[in-house]
Amino acid sequence: MKIAVTGLNAIDSPGPGVPVIRSIKDAKDFKGEIIGLSYDSLDPGLYIEKLTSKSYLIPYPSSGLEYFLERLLAIHKIEKLDFIIPTLDSELYAFIKIQDKLLEAGIKLFLPTFEQLEIRSKDKLFNFCTKQGIKVPKNILATNISNLHSIQNNFSYPVVLKGIFYEAYIVNNFDEAVVAFNKLKQKWGFPIIVQEYIKGDEFNVVGLGDGTGKTIGAVVMRKLYITDKGKGWSGVTILDKTLLGVSNKFILTSKWKSGLELEFIKSAATGEYFLLEINPRFPAWVYLAPNAGQNLPWALVKLGMDEKVTSFSNYEIGKMFVRCAWDLITDMKVFEKISTTGELKL
Amino acid sequence: MSKIHLIENLAVSDSGFLFLHTTGETFTLNKTGSEIVRMLRSRKSKEEILKFFTENYIVDTNTIEKDFEELVAQLKFYSLVTEK
Repeated sequence: MKIAVTGLNAIDSPGPGVPVIRSIKDAKDFKGEIIGLSYDSLDPGLYIEKLTSKSYLIPYPSSGLEYFLERLLAIHKIEKLDFIIPTLDSELYAFIKIQDKLLEAGIKLFLPTFEQLEIRSKDKLFNFCTKQGIKVPKNILATNISNLHSIQNNFSYPVVLKGIFYEAYIVNNFDEAVVAFNKLKQKWGFPIIVQEYIKGDEFNVVGLGDGTGKTIGAVVMRKLYITDKGKGWSGVTILDKTLLGVSNKFILTSKWKSGLELEFIKSAATGEYFLLEINPRFPAWVYLAPNAGQNLPWALVKLGMDEKVTSFSNYEIGKMFVRCAWDLITDMKVFEKISTTGELKL
Repeated sequence: MSKIHLIENLAVSDSGFLFLHTTGETFTLNKTGSEIVRMLRSRKSKEEILKFFTENYIVDTNTIEKDFEELVAQLKFYSLVTEK
């Protein structure tokens, strides 16, 4: 079996490609090869030895879906891919749009629907959760700077400004809000989400839904170390039935099909959990899940290949991850090869 | 007489490292503290614990009782024990 995986950007705000690949390669019954798909010739995952059999550069979907599909089919012609796992939020819409064409060519995927993506999008999550009785921080959507004036009527500073796909800033006053608004607008477009800031500890859940409402698996992690970008640099698996319950409820009501990550914060003031975000793909810490007993990326592949998958019933508590900054040494010839030919075999 | 009980989801290692399964919180105890916590896990009463220390260590009852109460107060603060 040949599986292509995107998101090899294992940088300080890491894509999930490398941990997804490591998870699949750890599966005892996986017999096959991994092909890396990368948007940047400096993506660190390209340079990790024995991670992929071969890697290819692909164009950003924003450069045109036709061109994007053409490149994937050209790679397929060489590699005879069986399956693709897109791991980045920003490419999911494109993959959903072209999935029928990929399937016609013999490549399977296991993706959420457009409707499912919409339900959990940052600008719609509040309404969905409120209907489901899931606690979420108050938020307003800003599409121009004048919207920021309403912050003081709805919240008290500090508040969080979030881009529609990525990035968030905690701001303490109107001037800081304007700066963050402009940064997010330029990078991610509109709307910008202005959210109530809740102080507390962060908890995340990685899960997998089979598309019928069933949860195949879910693992709860508490962040132990958080970077200045808000990324968990270390975490530990815990057992929290409340968080598992909310995750199961979301997967059930949305009939979620694919991997996902739910981000929670436990209010230091009240002890209540608030759901901050639902990401429509596995998180960069997903490698913790197979090591705690739930190989969710491999289960996703099996679901996508129409194999029978039994739900996981539990996982090991107290399994930790500690992320590591580790310099890979390579040669200019290697960089030249991926930059000029768009292909690399280490 | 009330009895101190460690909560269920608390893992206690031999080195005195406590890990709370439900929240991921961790705590480190010194040798005396870890001995007391291990005895609480074995459902020993305060009197039994104090007796053990005065019989096995060079320590008077007042000192070990003060240490015991201080530790229990901290364990209560972090909701790691209940008193029944």
